[in-house]
Amino acid sequence: MKSNRLLGILAGVSLAGVAAFGTSTVAYAQEDTFKIGVVTFLSGQAAQSFGVPAWNGGKMLVEKLNAGEVPAPYNTKGFGGMKIEAVVLDEAGGASTQVQEFRNLVQREEVDAVVGYVSSGDCLAIAPVADELKQFTILYDCGTPRIFEDGDYEYVFRTAAHATQDNVGLVHYLKAKDVDVSSYSGINQDYAWGHDSWADFQAAMGQIYPDAKVEAELFPAFGAGQYGTEVSALMQKPVDVVHSSLWGGDLQALTLQALPRGLYQQSQVVYSAGDHVMPPLGANMPEGVIVGARGAYGFMAPDTELNKWWFDNYSETFDVFPVQAPYRMAQALLGLKTAVEKAMAENGGKKPTDEELAAAMKGLSWESPGGEIEMAISNGHQAIQPIGFGTTMKDDNGNIILGDIIRFKARCVNPKDGMKSTEWISAGFPDADCD
Amino acid sequence: MNLLLTIVVDGLIYGSWLFIVALGLTLVFGVLRILNIAHGGLYAIGAYAAATAVPVVAGLGLPDGFTIVAMFLSALAVAIVVAPILERGLLRLFYGRDEVLILLVTYAVFLILEDVTKLIWGVQPYYVFQPRLLFGNVQIGNLFYVGYDLMLIALAVICGLAVWLGINKTRIGKIVVSVIHDPEMSASMGVNVSRVYLLAFGLGVFLAALGGAFTSPLISVQPGISVSVIVVSFAVVIIGGLGSIPGAAIGALIVGLARSFAVHQVPEAEIFIIYLVMVIVLIFRPEGLFQRVEARKI
Repeated sequence: MKSNRLLGILAGVSLAGVAAFGTSTVAYAQEDTFKIGVVTFLSGQAAQSFGVPAWNGGKMLVEKLNAGEVPAPYNTKGFGGMKIEAVVLDEAGGASTQVQEFRNLVQREEVDAVVGYVSSGDCLAIAPVADELKQFTILYDCGTPRIFEDGDYEYVFRTAAHATQDNVGLVHYLKAKDVDVSSYSGINQDYAWGHDSWADFQAAMGQIYPDAKVEAELFPAFGAGQYGTEVSALMQKPVDVVHSSLWGGDLQALTLQALPRGLYQQSQVVYSAGDHVMPPLGANMPEGVIVGARGAYGFMAPDTELNKWWFDNYSETFDVFPVQAPYRMAQALLGLKTAVEKAMAENGGKKPTDEELAAAMKGLSWESPGGEIEMAISNGHQAIQPIGFGTTMKDDNGNIILGDIIRFKARCVNPKDGMKSTEWISAGFPDADCD
Repeated sequence: MNLLLTIVVDGLIYGSWLFIVALGLTLVFGVLRILNIAHGGLYAIGAYAAATAVPVVAGLGLPDGFTIVAMFLSALAVAIVVAPILERGLLRLFYGRDEVLILLVTYAVFLILEDVTKLIWGVQPYYVFQPRLLFGNVQIGNLFYVGYDLMLIALAVICGLAVWLGINKTRIGKIVVSVIHDPEMSASMGVNVSRVYLLAFGLGVFLAALGGAFTSPLISVQPGISVSVIVVSFAVVIIGGLGSIPGAAIGALIVGLARSFAVHQVPEAEIFIIYLVMVIVLIFRPEGLFQRVEARKI
């Protein structure tokens, strides 16, 4: 009986201790940590190409930021001295699932900021919910221009340029390399990304190569895997340029199936966002392909101290060079750090509220490994950034790399503020600064 | 003329690939009355197994032809390991239950297999290029084709003939047919029905894995490859008639040729045309092309 009472008392003391300790931990956490909800693909087709490398880079960067080991101007610890704590969620499951998960992040996890979303469909679904919940949210990767061209949000920001620059820059690159184009074809996935990319490419070609004719427009299903028939269709109508915005496993399969059949000898093939297939394909990546990365990333990144630190650390940690996805995650996290510290400088050093963060992020610019990011359009909510393109070739060791690299200024390839992308391209890129 | 030839060759290659996968699907339905959505997951495991085995064999310094043997054996290994686990451990609990329930069970298995492949092989892609180099390139009309792709046509013919002959011309095939028609009567005549079910399911798993194994040199093997194949395979077996081997062959041929025609002539209808064909067939032959209307046993 005595022992039972003793056990009861001990249990009571333990619970009280846990409760007290737990409360103090929460209080400590709320004051001294900055909690971010990170949402990216950890499963499904986009995981291998985008989600996993993005969070690999993000996790590494968070650790380095917390340790204060990132080069200046990011050499202070964490976010304004607060330790960064990340809650990572899988983006798989579709837009309705993501909306529910977003609400959980905000209302249960009580994150201070959300950084996420590769899929344009998810971004379009999350943006109004973020505003409804007044949750400061960074869309770090998705490409559709429609987020801010068709919507207006207070708490939502996109720290990467939208997809218009991918194809406008690509056509500028073709012209800069004096590629003679009298005819061209496209093979793009049969969903919004593929159709939008092809439409942008066609519109930009119409401005810079007005006499070039379209021969074949192919839209295989997302995840089709088999492209033999499409390769035959492309080769039946020889053209100067074949455009593709395929990505991930689809792009790898297309490359593996088209290479032995001579497509790359017959036409100049351009991959508008294909840098991420270079590491996995390795020697199977053909030479002479023009490749973009949706930014000035990897081999195309500027030669800065910050990029050198980032590129080397990532390469050493993961035994592969960083492609576009980790770069975009890094620029989102560095932008968030800049915004948090700017807001703290203005509010006396307290953890900023969502409103203070939104005010700080609006129109902000900061240095990233891929160059300067400027929240310059869509009322300061949409980033523009430089973009690079290169051509695949082998180095002295036989490794596939990018050469003939050209970087274009952000204001050369992004629409001017207040103009929709399609209108800007159709109007002949007014006010574009390409000097 | 060149275009017509190209459409036919492309259609045959695509249809052959589809047939190898759809054959196992229709066989399992024919014998066990299971609409096996997990077939796509088994296809993916076959691809992963081959992508693991082929580099090992290539690294042993054996002649390159052994990579084909490795793909075949890896599919066999998948069938030997996975089929008893699924059939004995799970599916037999649902025999005789509503087909919709079994459909949901196999869908659950499909999702589980998707995660199992990630647990075993991770999310990084695997490549097997060696087998694709074995047969060189072949010029047909004005285009070059990879010999390996054409070899798939031969493989499909061999698989189809072997299964058809096995069922129609062998003693064990006759036992399988008797189980298909009346499992209770077969059991009363001394047939070990549960063993026949395991055999048929194992053969179905083998064909799914074989399809995956021989597809692995064409693609990067990574999560997600199981989805598209199962959807189109269902279209094939529905066109041909669920449970019919000749139906699966004709269905695959029709889908392959229709898709090839669409890609070359009306590319925007590439996906639509497969399901248009399916709808047209179902309007005139609701049981599929090769399935007879049967009285339901009450």
